[in-house]
Amino acid sequence: MFRLTKRRFASAALVVGLAVGTALTSTPASAAGTGYIFISNERTHNVLVLDPANNFSVVASIPTSRRPRDLQINKAHTLLYVACGDDDVIDVIDIETLTVIDHIPTGRSPEMFVLNAEETQLFVSNEENSTAQVIEIADKIIVHEIPTGAEPEGVMLSPDGATLYVTSEIADMVHVVDVAAGVVTDNVIVGTRPRRFAIANNDAELWVSDELSGTVTIIDRATNRVIDQLQFLPPGFRQVDVTPVGILLSPDGQTMYVTMGRANHVAFVNVATRAIEGYTLVGSRAWGLALSGDQTQLYVTNGLSDDMSVIDLASRRNILTVPTGRVPHSIVVDNEPDV
Amino acid sequence: MSKRLGIWAGAAAGAAALTLLGIPALAQDDPAAEPPPTEFVIGFVDLAQDARFDDRHAYYMVPVRPWGRPVAGAELGIADALITGAAIGVNFSLTAARGNDVAELVAAVEEWVAAGVGFVGVDLPAAQLIELSDAVADLPVVLFNVSAHDDELRGASCRANVVHTIPSHRMMTDAMMQFLVLHRWTNILVLAGPSEADQQIVTAVRQSANQFGARIIDVRDFVLGTDPRNREQNNVALMTNGNYDVVYVADSDGEFARYVPYETLNPRPVVGSAGLSALAWHWSWERQGAPQLNDRFEDVNFRFMDQYDWAAWAAVRAVVQSVLRSQSTEFGPVRDYLLGERMNLDGSKGNPMSVRSWDHQMRQGIIIATGNNSMQLAPVEGFLHQTNDLDTLGVDAPQSACQF
Repeated sequence: MFRLTKRRFASAALVVGLAVGTALTSTPASAAGTGYIFISNERTHNVLVLDPANNFSVVASIPTSRRPRDLQINKAHTLLYVACGDDDVIDVIDIETLTVIDHIPTGRSPEMFVLNAEETQLFVSNEENSTAQVIEIADKIIVHEIPTGAEPEGVMLSPDGATLYVTSEIADMVHVVDVAAGVVTDNVIVGTRPRRFAIANNDAELWVSDELSGTVTIIDRATNRVIDQLQFLPPGFRQVDVTPVGILLSPDGQTMYVTMGRANHVAFVNVATRAIEGYTLVGSRAWGLALSGDQTQLYVTNGLSDDMSVIDLASRRNILTVPTGRVPHSIVVDNEPDV
Repeated sequence: MSKRLGIWAGAAAGAAALTLLGIPALAQDDPAAEPPPTEFVIGFVDLAQDARFDDRHAYYMVPVRPWGRPVAGAELGIADALITGAAIGVNFSLTAARGNDVAELVAAVEEWVAAGVGFVGVDLPAAQLIELSDAVADLPVVLFNVSAHDDELRGASCRANVVHTIPSHRMMTDAMMQFLVLHRWTNILVLAGPSEADQQIVTAVRQSANQFGARIIDVRDFVLGTDPRNREQNNVALMTNGNYDVVYVADSDGEFARYVPYETLNPRPVVGSAGLSALAWHWSWERQGAPQLNDRFEDVNFRFMDQYDWAAWAAVRAVVQSVLRSQSTEFGPVRDYLLGERMNLDGSKGNPMSVRSWDHQMRQGIIIATGNNSMQLAPVEGFLHQTNDLDTLGVDAPQSACQF
C-alpha cells in the first residue's frame, strides 16, 4: 500500500538537467500586487485570472496541466504553483507573463500542498498512493515520502516550519509529522473525512474541517489533543447536508471563515468564544476561500455552480456572483507581496 | 443552532510512529513500554461454487456477471485500515473461508467466534445466508450481507444478526423510479424474466412506481431464446409495442436484458438490468473520493470495483469505524456503535451512511449509471424524507415487515 513509485522518481530525476532553475530565475515581477484573482478550474484545466478592480473582468485564462486544484503563491508574488491532479505535476505560472513556465513532477494525483518558508521545498499530499511527499523545487526530486492514511488531503506547515500536519480522509485522522526527521510522530483522531486546516489563537490551535460529520475539530497544538468540536447547521439544512471543507482565518485572527460545501453557506466563527456568529448564502458546493487584496471582501469558489461568490465582510452579505471555469477548486489573490 | 460536542480524547498517546526507508522514528516513549497492538480479526465467507459469480461469459468476453468475488473488497477494507489501526494500537486483519456448502461455513464461523471474531462478511445467496445466520444466532457475531438484494431478507425473513451493506432490490428500484419521475418518464413497460429473482425485481418496481407516482402500463414475461414459435416472448420488437416512456427490464441474469436497448419497437430508453441501472457502486462515480477508492481496488485486483466488492469494503469499513469511535475492541461496544444512531460512515458516495434500526439495512446513496457514466446519485434532489433523505430509498420503518 505504501510502495514507492519508482517510475515517478525516475521521471523526476530525468527532468532535473533540463529545467533546473527556470523556477528560480524570475525577477520580482512588476505584476506583484495587481490584486488579480487566480482560480483553478478542475474540469476546464485552466487558471482563470480576474481583475476585481475592473468589475471582475477576465484578464487571462491560463491553460494548465489537467485538473488544476490547490494554488500557492510565493512570497515575492512572482510565481504561482498549481497542483494538477490528472497529470501528476505541479505547474509553475509566471505571474508577470501569466503563462505556465515549468512543471514539477509529483506522485500520483496531487491535490493540496504547501511551500516551506525558504520556498525551496514543496509538501504535497498524494491521494492515490497515500503519502505526503517532500519535493526539492530546484532539483525536482522527491526527497522523502511519508506514508499516511488513505486519501491524504489537507497539508499545513506550522509557522516555525518544524511540524507538518496532514489529514487522512479515510482514516479520519490528522497525522503530525516531524519535518526534520520526516516521520509521523503522532496521530489525532478527528471527525469524519477531515479535509483542511487553519492555525488559530496565536498559533496555539489547529482547526480541522470534517466534511462528513459537519464539524470543525479543534486540536491543542502543544499536546495534540482534541479540545473542542464545532457542529455547523446553517438555517434550513439538515445535518447530513453540511459538509465543511474550506477554512481560513481572518487577518486580525478573530474570525474563522468556514465553507459549508453542499450546504451552500460560509460560516463565521468567533475564534475566542468559538461561537458560530452566522452564515452567508453562497453558490453550490462552496469550497475554496480567499480574502481580497484590501481584505474587505471574501471570495468563495462554488464547485457545482461554476462560479465565485463575493462577500462583503463588513455586512457579511453576498454582493456578487462571478462566473468561473468548470468546477472551480481553489483561489488565491495577488495582493501586496509578503516580503 | 450550533451545539458543541463534548470534549474527547485524541488518539492514544505515543501512537506508533511510522517510518519509511528505514529512517528511525523519533525516540519518544520507551518502545518497550508500549503494549503490543490488539489483534482484531474480521471473517469472510463465500461458496466455492456460486452461480452468481460464474465468470463464464455469454459469448467471448461479454460480461454478464461480476468479474470477481467480493472478498477482494473486504481485503481492500483491511488495507485501508492499516494506518487507522496503527494509530489506535489495533491490528486489523481478515480471515476468509470458502466452503463447499453452508455447513462448512457454519463450522468456520463457529471456530472463529470461539477465537474472538465478532464480525463476518457473508457473500451468499439469500437462502444460504438465512441458513448460516440461524445456525450462529446464539453466538456473539454479526454477519454482513454483501451480495443478496432480496427484499425478503429486510422484511419478513430478516435476522437480527445480519447487517446488509448491499442495497435491497427495493432501494435500487426506488432510486431508478426517482430518476424516472424527475425526467417525467412515468409510463413504464416492464419486461419480466422467469426466475424468482426477476419476479422479486418486478414486485419492487411495482412498489416503487406506486410510491413515487409512476404508472406501469404492462408487465410482459420474456423468455430467452430464438424459437420463432415463441416470438411473442423472445422478440424484443414484438414485445415492445404500445405507449410508454421507458422500458424497465427485470432480468437478474442480464443475458436477455443486453439485447433490449435499440431493439424496442418505439424509440424509448431502456433501464433496469440494461441501459441505465441502479447500483450500489459503479467505477465511473467520480466524487467524494471515489476515483481514489477505485484506483486502490484496481491496483490490486486488475478489474473494476463492482457493487458487491464495494459492499464488502463497506462492511469492513463499518467495523473499523465502530472500533475507532467506540474506542473498544470488545464485541458489545463495537456492535452497539455499528448499529447505533451515531454511526457516520463515509462510503465515498454522498451522505454519511448508518444502519437502519428497523431492518439492519445500511442506508446509502444509489448510483444511477450507464455502462460508462454515472448519471445521478439517488436520492435524487427533491425527494425528501422527514428525518434522513437516504430513507426515501427502500422500505421505511412504518412499512417494514421485519421484527427482530
